[in-house]
Amino acid sequence: MITRIFFMVGRRALAFLSELGGILLMFFQSMAWTFTPPFRLRNLIKQMEFIGVKSLFIVVLTGVFSGMVLALQSYHGFRKFGGESLMGGIVALSLAREMGPVMTALMVNARAGSAIAAELGTMRVTEQIDALQMMAINPVQYLVVPRIWAGVLMLPLLTAINILVGIIGGYFVGVILLKINPGVFMDKMINMIELSDLVQGIVKSVFFGLILTLIGCYKGYNTYGGAEGVGRATTEAVVISSVCILIGTYVLTSLLF
Amino acid sequence: MIRLINIHKSFRSQQVLRDLSLTIPSGQTTVIIGRSGGGKSVLLKHIMGLIRPDSGEIWIDDQEINQLKQRDLYRVRKRFGMLFQEGALFDSMSVGENVAFPIREHKKMTHLELEKAVSEKLALVGLSGIEKKMPSELSGGMRKRVALARAMALDPDIMLFDEPTTGLDPILTAAIDHLIIETQKRFQMTCVVISHDIQSVFRIAHNIVMLFEGKIIEGGTPEVFRQSTNKMVQDFLLGQYSENSV
Ligand SMILES: Nc1ncnc2c1ncn2[C@@H]1O[C@H](COP(=O)(O)OP(=O)(O)O)[C@@H](O)[C@H]1O
Ligand SMILES: [Mg+2]
Repeated sequence: MITRIFFMVGRRALAFLSELGGILLMFFQSMAWTFTPPFRLRNLIKQMEFIGVKSLFIVVLTGVFSGMVLALQSYHGFRKFGGESLMGGIVALSLAREMGPVMTALMVNARAGSAIAAELGTMRVTEQIDALQMMAINPVQYLVVPRIWAGVLMLPLLTAINILVGIIGGYFVGVILLKINPGVFMDKMINMIELSDLVQGIVKSVFFGLILTLIGCYKGYNTYGGAEGVGRATTEAVVISSVCILIGTYVLTSLLF
Repeated sequence: MIRLINIHKSFRSQQVLRDLSLTIPSGQTTVIIGRSGGGKSVLLKHIMGLIRPDSGEIWIDDQEINQLKQRDLYRVRKRFGMLFQEGALFDSMSVGENVAFPIREHKKMTHLELEKAVSEKLALVGLSGIEKKMPSELSGGMRKRVALARAMALDPDIMLFDEPTTGLDPILTAAIDHLIIETQKRFQMTCVVISHDIQSVFRIAHNIVMLFEGKIIEGGTPEVFRQSTNKMVQDFLLGQYSENSV
């Protein structure tokens, strides 16, 4: 009985390590292929459009509402000891350091991370990846590298936009709906927020951009078992990336400050 | 000449190829037959180095491909064309872009030359003028023919076909067979074909080999093959079921 438990735990641990090893291997391969010609700028731009431009709407939408709800929550919380005036600062700080990067990453993950896994997974099971290899084209260079760089480049941008519209949403709720003095709102915000807060948010978003594209690519690339396999790869990619994003934000927060 | 020597391959606990050895002569068509799920596609992928064997050697002329560095392996691969089972066309690209893709990657050509090369390849498979269509708009047979045009884009001297006629009607099957025979003769290519279709096998083959339980159990010219006394071979040829083939 005890040995069986050890056996099962051991096998799980091994599976986990081999998965982690595979992901790291893909990361290093991508880095190596990034600096090997030919450079596939067209693929990169296409992926930047897919990950960046097409996520814009959802990122703006979630940004506005995060800002609004943050403003509302902090108003009710701080009113208890007369600290409503801190609202501008609280909203901006939470958005820049935590909400902005995490919400953006989770939304882009749901939209683009899953799509990446599904697309590469379909290409795998319909032998399109084999066909690339057959034509003497490295699939990691052709498919994975542009997606990873698109994620790393676009996530900070999307995050910045998310934070900005979040602040606008917070301003709307605080100043227009709850009648906080606009001068005070802006003043507190500018006083409380420092450059390092913004840097922290952006550093996180770069890391999240890497995580969600890398895991999406890894899961898609290693799909097996037909249409069912593609479904499985997609779900796993989204779940694993989301968990990594949430664990990652904790780890990064404690490392950066 | 392609030689596979003592190839073993397992996926997790499943043994697919066991001590398989096979010689494929140049300039001829060799057909591999065998049951579904028997490892024929896996065998074909070994020849191109898409799958590495657990043990054994694969020689393409005088090069053992598992010893090659990636760059040299890619150079060898450019000699190959492969028609995948479902075509494996890139579904994000039009027909024309699909056929142009390998040429654009590996050859320096002007836009006009490229266009001409693409329409030539499409004409070869009897599908002129469909460059603008997307793969999803094509029938299964057309998709396979476009895939064949793409596989031949770099003028390979070795062509691999994974079940080129499975799922096609008899007339289309005959047409594809004809295409294989013609192009093989015209370019003196080495062709390796996987097929289930006994009629079509005898139409195109110079040599036939049968894969069973991970090994080649019979091989030779169609005549030799027809005379085989091996029970499995006879069952397969006659399409009959017997106790020991289960
Ligand atoms: N990449 C892979 N991973 C695990 N199993 C595989 C893989 N490729 C093929 N197999 C297994 O190997 C066996 C032979 O498959 P295949 O060569 O496709 O058969 P067929 O003779 O029909 O072409 C099948 O049982 C298949 O499930
Ligand atoms: Mg097969």
